[in-house]
Amino acid sequence: MLGIVGTIPEANFPLFSGRVSLEGNDILIGNERINVNRGTPAMIAAAIETLKYMDKPEPYCYLVGDIGDGEGSMHLYRHLIDNIADTSFHSLAFHYFQPIVSLFKKVTAAIEEMPNRPILIADAGFMYVAKMGGDAPFFDLFTPDAGELAYLADENAPHPFYTRGFILHEENLVLDLIKRAYQHNNASSYLLVKGAKDYVADKNGVISVIDDPIVETLEPIGGTGDTLTGIVSALIASGIEIKTASANAALVNRLAGFYAEPTPATQINEIIKQIPRALHEVFGN
Amino acid sequence: MFKLFTKKKPEHNSENQGRGILVFENTTEVIRAENALKARGWEIRVMGPPPNIRSGCDLVIEFPLIEELSIRRSLTEVNIEPIQIVPVNSVLLEPVSLLHEKDYGKYLMVRAANMKITVERDTKLIVNVSGGGCPDVPYLAGQMVNKHLHNAPQPRDVGYTLCAYALQIAYDRMVEIC
Repeated sequence: MLGIVGTIPEANFPLFSGRVSLEGNDILIGNERINVNRGTPAMIAAAIETLKYMDKPEPYCYLVGDIGDGEGSMHLYRHLIDNIADTSFHSLAFHYFQPIVSLFKKVTAAIEEMPNRPILIADAGFMYVAKMGGDAPFFDLFTPDAGELAYLADENAPHPFYTRGFILHEENLVLDLIKRAYQHNNASSYLLVKGAKDYVADKNGVISVIDDPIVETLEPIGGTGDTLTGIVSALIASGIEIKTASANAALVNRLAGFYAEPTPATQINEIIKQIPRALHEVFGN
Repeated sequence: MFKLFTKKKPEHNSENQGRGILVFENTTEVIRAENALKARGWEIRVMGPPPNIRSGCDLVIEFPLIEELSIRRSLTEVNIEPIQIVPVNSVLLEPVSLLHEKDYGKYLMVRAANMKITVERDTKLIVNVSGGGCPDVPYLAGQMVNKHLHNAPQPRDVGYTLCAYALQIAYDRMVEIC
């Protein structure tokens, strides 16, 4: 089973744990209906579409409202600290969250007490805090974009906002940044780097490069990284090996973007609608 | 008014004096304090905190320590209270300063650090906000997308985190060039 931890961009959305389903442009969380725009709702929607295609159950989600003040995240950190050790997941994907190092470390300590350690995936705030806390190797997969990879590669930066210019520079090669991130123990076991080309890598270097189709207009669209994290998390939870799931997820995400015929003004739900078609293209034969 | 002008003296630039940092509850408070202090002529810098007081996603304001009392007074005048004022001897982190612009013809994208904003040139409509990982990013996107560049809520007013701060830098650049 896939577990997902993240935030809903509404101030008063209560802490929720349970199954989440997808209906049209909304995800259904208990009695609440949340529009799939970007962030964790987009990640969940992409995961649900993928799990459905793979004939797997809907994800079990831990969610809370947070608009950036961190109050909701703190509630959810504490809920995870108190409860996660007694759960059983094949894979756990962590997403948008307020980075708070002290609470994060208590969550990882609780995960270590789980009877069977799940495959751990992190993106967004949870990836940031894992690196901030020096715990990147605790995770099995990160899904950074090129800017976030530069952050992982900069051993001194506590947040992408502080990535040093000589590392962030456009001409820096992704391959060098991957190497540097592993050299300083600031990378997960595998990396899925999203961008003009998508890279799957581990400590030994690049395993695969996915660069087709090329859709330049995807970069401005909020949520395309979220859908990639949702797809790869669902494929891993379906039993596919991490590096294979990562390469396939990158291809599915690119194809879904391609089929949506996007402009820089396209919204992410138009791309999510194309995920089943893209999955069929990759796995149908 | 006279008092205000008399504060704008070069002695605020004190390279050789001890430096202090103002620590606030969240990034929104930092932005408010930065705006208030700069408006009053103080030469301060928004920086990354040293590791010993870093809790996660935070910023501090660096100032000449000798000016502490006056700085405190300036902040009190606008009802902003730092949670901590400490001297600093270690190196503070420089925020990212690189801005990247990408031309999509009808649309223009500006990226600052990990945050991107895209505007339709003719209408000046914000059509997308992307990047980032802090929980106010999806919220800010929801508040800003489909709004006119000059009428949209600004990250400095409704955001809380470093991602919001980066988005504000991208927004300011977009206003400059669009």
